[in-house]
Amino acid sequence: MTFTKLAATSAIAGLMATAAFADAHGAACGPEGQSIRILGNDFPAIQAVAGAAEENCGGAAAEFTRNHTTEMRDIMNAALTPDPAEYGGVIVANATLVQLMNDGLLRPLNDLVEAYGDNISPSQLITIGGDVMAVAFMANSQHLFVRTDILEEAGVEGIPATYEEVLEAAEAIRAAGIMEHPLVMNVQVGWNLAEMFNTLYLGHGGSFFEPGTAEPAINNEAGVATLEMLAQLAEYAHPDHLSQASNETQAIWEAGQAALGFMWGSRGSAILDDEGSTEEVVSNTVLAAAPTVGGMDIPSATLWWDGFTIAANIPDEEAEATFAALASALNPDMVAANNDAAVWLVDGYTPGPAAAGVAATAQGGAWPYPMVPQIGLLHNALGAELSDFMQGNESAEEALADAEAAYRDAAREAGFLQ
Amino acid sequence: MKHKTFFWFILPTLTAMTLFIALPIVSVFIQSLHIQHEQVLITVENCGPFGCTEETVIDQEATRALRDAQPLGQFNGLGTYTNRAHLAFGEIGEAWATTESWGAFFDRVLGLPFYRALAFTLTYTFVVTPFVLLIGLAVAVGVNKLPKMFKGPTIFFSLLPMMITPLVGSLILLWMVDAEGIIGATLQNIMNDPSLSLRASATLTWIMLIVYGIWSSIPFSFIVFYAGLQTVPADTMEAAMIDGASKWQRMRHVVVPHLMPLVVFITLIQLMDNFRVFEPIVGFQAQAYARSLSWIIFNDLREAGNPLYGSAGATSMLTIIGVAILLSPVLVRTYRDYTRKSTH
Repeated sequence: MTFTKLAATSAIAGLMATAAFADAHGAACGPEGQSIRILGNDFPAIQAVAGAAEENCGGAAAEFTRNHTTEMRDIMNAALTPDPAEYGGVIVANATLVQLMNDGLLRPLNDLVEAYGDNISPSQLITIGGDVMAVAFMANSQHLFVRTDILEEAGVEGIPATYEEVLEAAEAIRAAGIMEHPLVMNVQVGWNLAEMFNTLYLGHGGSFFEPGTAEPAINNEAGVATLEMLAQLAEYAHPDHLSQASNETQAIWEAGQAALGFMWGSRGSAILDDEGSTEEVVSNTVLAAAPTVGGMDIPSATLWWDGFTIAANIPDEEAEATFAALASALNPDMVAANNDAAVWLVDGYTPGPAAAGVAATAQGGAWPYPMVPQIGLLHNALGAELSDFMQGNESAEEALADAEAAYRDAAREAGFLQ
Repeated sequence: MKHKTFFWFILPTLTAMTLFIALPIVSVFIQSLHIQHEQVLITVENCGPFGCTEETVIDQEATRALRDAQPLGQFNGLGTYTNRAHLAFGEIGEAWATTESWGAFFDRVLGLPFYRALAFTLTYTFVVTPFVLLIGLAVAVGVNKLPKMFKGPTIFFSLLPMMITPLVGSLILLWMVDAEGIIGATLQNIMNDPSLSLRASATLTWIMLIVYGIWSSIPFSFIVFYAGLQTVPADTMEAAMIDGASKWQRMRHVVVPHLMPLVVFITLIQLMDNFRVFEPIVGFQAQAYARSLSWIIFNDLREAGNPLYGSAGATSMLTIIGVAILLSPVLVRTYRDYTRKSTH
């Protein structure tokens, strides 16, 4: 993975943009009388985009349906395989885009961007080998949440910028007798645990595969250092941490039972709103960049985007209408109405306090979640195999060797390794 | 019954069984012998909101050509069955050669995904099944002794655990044993240990799952035994009483032998059901400490993004074989009883 450090400039251009092209949304809906069928995840920002698309272009279409489900990842490949596909437009993220592309179910969007992309800035385009495969509209990443009042009470100055400082702060809070378990993180065994590993591993400067191949390369110094850090963090985490993911960690945070958290940016606005928590927690919660680790200089996080794609197996006219409808949604009015629902990459966005963590993490040059086709298999292997290490039954080297072995089996079966 | 009549009688069932059970199993078996065709990888430049990286992607055209040539994928024989994710012959051989004590050897073996799941699955099956039989019988006898007016409501309440969907039942219990929940917090108070958590220890998680398993299956054995108790012959019972048999002796020598066919029936069903334990693990989010064979299948199909059909197929076949092995002693015994009786 070689990374041209365009990251900071382009991401921040998107994040910090003001309404530059505010007039370019006179809803061009493309061919009329088409059937537009959209599949997307189920959270407010996705609903806002698909909803705006329906509002703009639902009238011109013969049929406009939306299916929002958190299970989309599990149904989308099957739904897009037949010709014609069940859905024309799918709203995906880094990892789910790869899952669809692995089966060749998406069409290149170059011509459609040319025709209907007035609202779309170049930094929103996901191009793979020269073809535009998706149009991103929002960013997300893990980052640090802190309770400034508790840090102050424990005598910790400033906001921890490295994981080593996080550990010191956690120890100070424990020593001061304020909280026994001041830290929350999403390490539910499975996808979440592996994702936490990924963030720390990238923060240590590790890469997942031998360049250009599907050979795993995680059993190394960076991997061991990652697991050692993870074990130290777990010391200060809630005893149930191996069964906690976003919903649980958010609840603990809102209940005022944690002072340091590694959570998703998309939980920021939910935590900072006036529901589900007390004034004390909300007013003292600050969202900061993901910490760096091991003396490296990039935040330990994976950057994610959400964006839309168009199915390969639908008639061209339908694809055109679907693209036009979704592109029409990415306008400053939609963003203004849903400003705090996401960290928008769309013009017209004014970053609020809920976006500060993601913006700072992107600015710090964190890595995007890798988009290689076999990453899902490694992610799954890590999620299943690291639990022994987290319970103290295995050494870091053994756990990493197990994860590599489990990945190799899966990759051989999926045809990535011979 | 004449053979011809019997044939026509059984034909609809036989057709349905073949179409919906036998053929799919054959298809799963064939699938488990294959792995996917090679994915041809090429390196291209990926660009997005966070900059550009050099990444590999699948060369769709080259891969499609391979796929069209071999629609079923590459033949792998029993390779999937013997790899590390399943029977792991290679890893077991190595563990045998390199470890010095039995403990170290078992440690290594139980670290392998299939054997770890098998260990939990078997423990669960062999603990839950006898408890379900014993407690179910006890509840049935108890309810049978109740005055008539209480019987209806008691039967209804005793059946509740079975009426609640397993996923919902386990979720409710999960929230109760959570460190913030009523049972979890009370235990912390009693033990005076604020970091005690039922969900953070492998042993306690196993116990919790097993207790849940027993609780949710008792109604099944209870209702079957209760029905059976209605048929205990009154003459024999009276005769036993006149002969001076105590309550316990009557239970031991009259009721239980009378209910024996039901015991066999419940054992069979419970062994099959418990060997396929799945919902409680998902409901209790217990996959950190307890995994079953069914959970592995679920994980292969769902969590890896693009599903691993071969692996899931192989684990399914191994599960079927496991159920067959478990049931064989009971079936052999029943068959022997049957042939012995028919020779009289």
